[in-house]
Amino acid sequence: MKKSVFFGALAATTLVAGLAGAATLDDIKARGELLCGSNTGLTGFGAPDASGSWAGFDVDLCRAVAAAVLGDPNKVKFVPTTGETRFTALQSGEVDLLVRNSTWTSSRDSELALDFVAVNYYDGQGFMVKKDLGVSSAKELDGATVCIQTGTTTELNLADFFKQNNITYQPVTVADDSEAQRQYVAGACDAYTTDASGLAASRATLPDAENHIILPEIISKEPLGPVVRHGDSNWGDVVRWTYYALLIAEEKGVTSANVEEVLASTTDEEVKRLLGASGDMGAKFGLDNDAFKRSIAAVGNYGEIFSRNIGEGTTINLARGLNALWTQGGLQYAPPFR
Amino acid sequence: MTMATDAPKDGFRLSMLVYDTRYRSYTIQIVVLVLFALAVAWLLNNTVQNLAARGKEFNFGFLWQRAGYDIGQQLIPYNNDDNHFRALLIGLLNTLVVAVLGCIFATILGVLIGVLRLSRNWLVSRLMTVYVEMFRNVPLLLWILLSYVILSEVTPQPRDFRVTDEMVAAGEEPAASMMLFDTIAVTNRGTNIPSALFERGLGTVDLGFVSLNLDFWVILAVIAGSIFVNRRIVHSARATQEATGVRPVTWWKSILILFAPVIAVIVAMGFHLEIPSLKGFNFQGGILVAHSFTALLIALTLYTAAFIAEIVRAGIQAISRGQSEAAFALGLRPNRTMNLIILPQALRVIIPPLISQYLNLTKNTSLGIAVSYLDLRGTLGGITLNQTGRELECMLLMMLIYLSISLMISAVMNMYNNSVQLKAR
Ligand SMILES: N[C@@H](CCC(=O)N[C@@H](CS)C(=O)NCC(=O)O)C(=O)O
Repeated sequence: MKKSVFFGALAATTLVAGLAGAATLDDIKARGELLCGSNTGLTGFGAPDASGSWAGFDVDLCRAVAAAVLGDPNKVKFVPTTGETRFTALQSGEVDLLVRNSTWTSSRDSELALDFVAVNYYDGQGFMVKKDLGVSSAKELDGATVCIQTGTTTELNLADFFKQNNITYQPVTVADDSEAQRQYVAGACDAYTTDASGLAASRATLPDAENHIILPEIISKEPLGPVVRHGDSNWGDVVRWTYYALLIAEEKGVTSANVEEVLASTTDEEVKRLLGASGDMGAKFGLDNDAFKRSIAAVGNYGEIFSRNIGEGTTINLARGLNALWTQGGLQYAPPFR
Repeated sequence: MTMATDAPKDGFRLSMLVYDTRYRSYTIQIVVLVLFALAVAWLLNNTVQNLAARGKEFNFGFLWQRAGYDIGQQLIPYNNDDNHFRALLIGLLNTLVVAVLGCIFATILGVLIGVLRLSRNWLVSRLMTVYVEMFRNVPLLLWILLSYVILSEVTPQPRDFRVTDEMVAAGEEPAASMMLFDTIAVTNRGTNIPSALFERGLGTVDLGFVSLNLDFWVILAVIAGSIFVNRRIVHSARATQEATGVRPVTWWKSILILFAPVIAVIVAMGFHLEIPSLKGFNFQGGILVAHSFTALLIALTLYTAAFIAEIVRAGIQAISRGQSEAAFALGLRPNRTMNLIILPQALRVIIPPLISQYLNLTKNTSLGIAVSYLDLRGTLGGITLNQTGRELECMLLMMLIYLSISLMISAVMNMYNNSVQLKAR
């Protein structure tokens, strides 16, 4: 078994690495399908729905990219990855793009040779506990057993947090969100810690959500965003600007419902460029000129994606907070489209 | 033969490398070796080039960087400020402890089942057959998961042990209570057992790298000494028996020499037990044996025991019936026959395949990842690999370590095998 892992690793490095520098965009067009690394299942962010098709906040970004590149938001193959397997999957070329609650850190940029192209969700790490545990602050968790996903930034933050506060804990290191939830629900751990957005999503799927609380402490910065392999800047640009197109669309009030109407009537030059009515911005990325229009038509603008999947009114019920547009006091800000 | 291959007198021609049977095998071997070396060189070269193309270099320096993560079960002290190498050691020890205990338990259980399977009692032998077939034919991973789920789902939460003032006032009992005179608590996280503490302990010696617990080593030394002396006693008793025909009574001497010194040392060091007690979220004090460990150990033991049972049965059946009939004819009772006649001979058949089972068990410990057991695979091949992005280095190192462990087990077992083999006397 060890041997096969080794040869797998060896083959991955020797054979597939050649792809890293190659034109990912051309490969995707030739294949007619985008390979998108996603969660193994986190409601609201990326999970198959009742009919088996993937839905969620991260999933919609993949669909937007597919709509831009291939003209069809459904030409995506979602590859479920765990915290531990996701970056290897990306590096080895198993996926073209990874949108999976992944935190942008310096070592992932440098050591792992990845490129984070944007931040689609500004997050931070939190703790969830059962109400009847009688805990109201993470600092009261001295001696507790804590469930934590392996291969994540949160695993390291957790160790730092307890050390800084001079308290101890017993880690239970699990492979994915569903196992963490199982252990947490069974009471095998007192607290579950991960990104606060992930906690909200997990909590929403618990049958007795009202009996669980997310503690007020946010112990880290977790800027989550889409990732591509290092070394193919053009592909990185395509993903980055697809995302920004969704942001600009929200800023300019373009939605999936009114995009055609706006296209016909707008006098705003930036919107015209964005929707491909003037200039050749799409072509400069190696895409059709109306590529970003197709993205917006397929999944809606950033605000629509947010409120449909995780916003207030959904079971996950997250406020825009830091993820509001910069014009509304948030951090989401797109460079000019020109 | 020698005549046919006598060298022709007219010297060496190149074609003889292919057509002459004396040289042909060398030619083939050399060609294969060269091809193999080329293949390896190609792989290595490719790896190095592609690592360079991705801006990754091949080096093990990361082992000395701060690990930054915590590990639940640690046999020697570790915290997140230690480096990745230390984390590797913790993982390695966790691997070894399950492997060693697993081999011991699996052997005991396997021998028992193997022997019982040959029992003349129909029910017993059928039950053992069912056991063997059941464990042999279901993947080990499922047994590990099953044991883990059972352990963690049917046991009470720590807070079920809590007794509040109101409960005392109302005369209520807590939902769960400790076992064995209130010394052991089984919760859904693990088993809390008492640990030994020494009031007047000898402390530890820090060797920089590891610190030795003197109490432990002193006790170990005393036990080893006692065993040695006891063997001398038994030895001289046997000599007397052979010389005079009368075996002197030694059992009380043996008991005295085996137990008195250890007890004396333990008492002198001020031995007492630290009993786990519920404080805050968990039981504190004593030793926590996590369910991931217990589940892995149970599953490995039960699974491997099924294979060992078959090996033992085959070994026993390899000894011809005439041997036991002869022993019965001499008036030996069945268990003496087994111990004196059958097993010593059967061992020669049993040990070589047994080595393979030990190796299997050891490598199978890497499945512990399924229940979050942080062994070598979980630390070096899991978290370290993931946090540093050093896939190739970690994988190679991990293979090298598993290989070394396996070779060591083989070497030790082969030594034992040689000692039980037939010796020409
Ligand atoms: N942001 C962290 C943690 C990412 C993570 O593992 N998130 C969890 C919960 S927010 C998740 O996506 N779990 C779903 C799954 O295991 O598929 C990182 O990038 O290391």
